[in-house]
Amino acid sequence: MSAARGRKSERLLNLLIMLLVQRHFVAKDRIRDILYPGMSNDAFEKMFERDKEELRSLGVPIEVGSLDVYFDDEPGYRVRPDQLSLPDIELAPDEAAVIGLATRVWQHARLAEATTEAVRKLAAFGVDIDESALDIAEPRLSADEPSFDVFWEATQERTPVRFEYRRSGATRASTRNLQPWGVVRYSGRWYVVGLDTDRGEERVFRLSRVQGEAHKAGSPGSYDVPPGTDVRATAMRLAPPPPTGETAVLVRRDAGRGLRRDAISVEPDVRGPDDRTAWDRVRVARGGSDVADELLGYGADVYVESPDEVRRLVVDRLRAVVGAVGDPA
Amino acid sequence: MSAPQQAGAKDQVARLLTLVPFLHARGKVRLDDAATALGVPADQVLADLKVLLMCGLPGGYPDDLIDVDLDALEEPEGDGVIRVTNADYLARPLRLTPTEATAIIVALRALRSSAGEDTRAVVDRALAKLEAAAAHGSGAPRIDPGEIPGGPDLVRLEAELRRAADARRQLRLRYYVPSRDELSERVVDPRGIVTAHGYTYLDAWCHGAEAPRLFRLDRIEAAEVLDSEIVTDPEPPRDLADEGFFPRSPDSTLATIELDPAARWVVEYYPVEAVRPKRGGRLEVDLVIANERWLQRLLLRLAPHARVVAPPEYAASYVAAARDALGLYGPEPI
Repeated sequence: MSAARGRKSERLLNLLIMLLVQRHFVAKDRIRDILYPGMSNDAFEKMFERDKEELRSLGVPIEVGSLDVYFDDEPGYRVRPDQLSLPDIELAPDEAAVIGLATRVWQHARLAEATTEAVRKLAAFGVDIDESALDIAEPRLSADEPSFDVFWEATQERTPVRFEYRRSGATRASTRNLQPWGVVRYSGRWYVVGLDTDRGEERVFRLSRVQGEAHKAGSPGSYDVPPGTDVRATAMRLAPPPPTGETAVLVRRDAGRGLRRDAISVEPDVRGPDDRTAWDRVRVARGGSDVADELLGYGADVYVESPDEVRRLVVDRLRAVVGAVGDPA
Repeated sequence: MSAPQQAGAKDQVARLLTLVPFLHARGKVRLDDAATALGVPADQVLADLKVLLMCGLPGGYPDDLIDVDLDALEEPEGDGVIRVTNADYLARPLRLTPTEATAIIVALRALRSSAGEDTRAVVDRALAKLEAAAAHGSGAPRIDPGEIPGGPDLVRLEAELRRAADARRQLRLRYYVPSRDELSERVVDPRGIVTAHGYTYLDAWCHGAEAPRLFRLDRIEAAEVLDSEIVTDPEPPRDLADEGFFPRSPDSTLATIELDPAARWVVEYYPVEAVRPKRGGRLEVDLVIANERWLQRLLLRLAPHARVVAPPEYAASYVAAARDALGLYGPEPI
């Protein structure tokens, strides 16, 4: 350990203790006399500012106040014990066990470390955290998108973000300015929801389509999330999940395993469109254009019965392929 | 003073603000045990404690300083127990920072969505207490991990596969291969679990293919942990972000495909060697393909937004497949 670091650690800790144990605001001059003796004005101001910032970033709430109600030009500082420390949390053993398990959920270095740090604080509080007591498997929560950290922080601090975004199917990325309201995971992918300030409308963006680095563009707390905003509901409204529905198809015997795996029902040996093989009727709980993509992939092994909308979509798309090369007729 | 030293000082203070309450709550804690519990090397804990000796109340009297019994830690006859006195004002742990509060609450919500009913109730109780403790400052309500894809079954499967990989035991998999639309059975040497594009995969050496393979977890129909140990050299799972998703195998070939804007997403999901922009937002891509059947299924899925440029025989077989499928609907389909 370097001596310089040791001295700085001492100063930070002594500053914290000094502000914590006094009942009233501590005058800046007194802080200077005791902890920063013999320094020039400039050097003191700079170092004191930085020390306060570092303590704040550790979660130490330093209050600034006036020492004297009549002369408010003399600032004072304090840390209130009830603001500094964790409120009482009494955890039952099984609750402590699930909290221990939470440390293994994040597959994201920084958040895994933050979770572990939170658990250490709770453990320091006298709660025994046994990570192996529960017999459940913990899910893994990954966040591989490079822009995830920026949107996570910006959402918490309410800081606007500027980024390049390429929409699905678009050739080029365009610059977006967003006030993020929330970050939502859906089907294993992360999305950010917020107010697109160039368009003046709420928008949702898939983080994996953000190009390059996203940048904070503004100061923390520079906007408010509209009261009552439900970020998941907003994301779902703006980026609707695949339409639900039911599609009935005829599938050749021994084909269409992907459809049979999660079918609602399979009715064997029904009349099919040809006699080359036997056919089964398979019903799946999907609809719309996504299911059309899936069904087209099976080629002549699958015949769409209903609904008409899906059937027409499949037929039209096949016809477009055949027609594009020119029918002899 | 250089930047790393500054970060070092801040980290050191953070460690001390966790260590002192920990000792206070536990009473007699040995240096080694504290180091293990806090995830810090023992000599670092000792160095941190020495900083404490120089800290205390601002009176300047010796009694004002925090005391640490260094003899117990450093002398050969010392019992190794950490004794800190005169530091009662640091006895309680710090509040969770917003990032810590959000990280643990979001992790618990994810845990909740994959838990059975009994455990769910436990998670709810723990969440309520943490949310109350983190009432201000946490952005947790605005970070939503959603439902874990696949639910509890997939989480259990993943845990089992991980255990098999850690124990270096072979697995027998029943695996659905969409490109061939078939169920396959194979014995693999598991290496680990990886994620990419929102899916979770088992990375394993496949004895059927005699090559490393990725198995998407939601396509594993059954996994049986065998008594036999793995026979290939243990290797960590691939980092898909580094290596690219589809390392090209020697027996793969290239096809040149033209994609309309609606089918451009293909370049994000499949292995392409080259991408050439064309007019109207179209792309011409050289796609690495495992076999012709795989390509055909992909083209049919994309129909009519993808066309084969080369080789010509693939173009002909694709159109033939489309004609064949269209034929099912009769001479004058709706």
